Amino acid sequence: MNIEETEQEIIDEFEIFDDWMQKYEYLIDLGKSLPLIDHQYKTDEKLIRGCQSKVWMHSELKAGNVIYTADSDAIITKGMVALMVRVLSNHTPTEIVNANLHFIEKIGLTKHLSPTRSNGLVSMIKQMKLDALVYQQKINN
Amino acid sequence: MINTLHSITRSSIDIEKIRMDFPILSRKVNGKPLIYLDNGATAQKPTKVIDAINTFYTHQNANIHRGVHTLSQELTTAYENARITIQKHINAAFPHELIFTKGTTDSINLVAHSFGKKFISSGDEIIISAMEHHSNILPWQQLGEEKGALLKIIPINVEGELLMAEFEKLLTAKTKLVAVTHVSNTLGTINPVKEIIRLAHTKNIPVLIDGAQAVPHQNVDVRDLDADFYCFSAHKLFGPTGVGILYGKEKWLNLLPPYQTGGGAIKTVTFEKTEYADLPFKFEAGTPHIAGGLGLAAAIDYINEIGLTNIAAYEHELLIYATNALEKINGLKIIGTAKEKASVISFVVEGLHAFDIGTLLDQLGIAIRTGHHCTQPLMNYYNIQSTLRVSISFYNTKEEIDELIKGLSQAIKMLT
Repeated sequence: MNIEETEQEIIDEFEIFDDWMQKYEYLIDLGKSLPLIDHQYKTDEKLIRGCQSKVWMHSELKAGNVIYTADSDAIITKGMVALMVRVLSNHTPTEIVNANLHFIEKIGLTKHLSPTRSNGLVSMIKQMKLDALVYQQKINN
Repeated sequence: MINTLHSITRSSIDIEKIRMDFPILSRKVNGKPLIYLDNGATAQKPTKVIDAINTFYTHQNANIHRGVHTLSQELTTAYENARITIQKHINAAFPHELIFTKGTTDSINLVAHSFGKKFISSGDEIIISAMEHHSNILPWQQLGEEKGALLKIIPINVEGELLMAEFEKLLTAKTKLVAVTHVSNTLGTINPVKEIIRLAHTKNIPVLIDGAQAVPHQNVDVRDLDADFYCFSAHKLFGPTGVGILYGKEKWLNLLPPYQTGGGAIKTVTFEKTEYADLPFKFEAGTPHIAGGLGLAAAIDYINEIGLTNIAAYEHELLIYATNALEKINGLKIIGTAKEKASVISFVVEGLHAFDIGTLLDQLGIAIRTGHHCTQPLMNYYNIQSTLRVSISFYNTKEEIDELIKGLSQAIKMLT
């Protein structure tokens, strides 16, 4: 499944929710799932500083694809982190760099992308793309 | 325990009429009626303030202090009358002791710059407290780094009250200034600033008070306090953003060099030398935020129509009501339990992140603040990352507090 297909899959999943509570309950359930990151990577070095919630993110290149793992100390943020990992992980650096991530708007979470939200999501997307860019350049060289 | 004596004085507030004065309170957020409990961040604006700003741009606009034409002269009079309104409100001795600034942060920076330039040198000490907002830490920290001066911190107890005996010990021959907050934006603690000033003055040390969180909730009399400098923002006082006040005693303001220089702040300029204007214009270079000044005066007129004594009594009722209700929630812990508190309640919920709770409350139309509230050293003291903060104003109601409690219970249920 390519990135756009995964995005569409998430959009379809969110469409069945009637109200905000179901949507957030789903995010919370995603967030409550086991930590997504290997404990050894939960260090300050891997911390993406947001104002309110902490996000740790680790990436590595495996067989030409970028594998992301991440975690957050806030459950809703962690739910959003889980969605981001599901969409971007295990794709080539070029696919990741070019992804437009329109699903965030389609599932009604755009407000979490406003710069004032400072929940780490904006910084996380930026860092995920930056990591992919670095791998892309490594491959091209 | 909060001092409940105040609540004996029943408030006389016509809440329905007051709520009509604030147009924003009738809007919906996420499909729900807005419940605005983030007044510590900024307060909402009454029609009277909005009208004053509107009138300025539609009927009065000109530049002030410069023109011979009618508009300029009328507006100069209106602006200087606004200064007098503010002077009377805080009982300053003269209008020229009021400097229009961009806000509290700007006022503190002004003093740090100008007082620092003239009076601070290597080895000197400046006293602040453990509960200061970053705005009353960073200017002094920066000054200290530039001049080799040291910051001394008044410690607090776990209730969030200043340890006054420790404060007295910090006052030495090296102390050049004391800068403390009147009311803590995070804890709500009302500090004994009159006593702080009295103690500092026994050693001839001037005191700056950050009054940003105090002026919306209580009468402030700078002469009764004997404050040397008192700073506040219009926007927390139901006025416009981008304008604030530095009150300074005439003798101090005359001693300080200008902060920013430019048009309006001068008597004569040659390329060799400038003679600066008298107070307050020495500190007001450039065209000021005229709409802001007029809006602030309108806000002060508005709150004086209701009366800060009534406001304080009503807010105290709501504080007690909300505190009692919050304490009943399992796992909820209030941070800041000083005897003297303004209507600000910070709390944490065991095992839950403030951001998650705040996000869910937002979905219910309930606006509260989550985070460190620009008081990271204070968060470190309590060994927490963040709190949820409910800050109550006189247009809030017990019904809104009930909705908050319901919303909190719902959010906690969803998150656990």
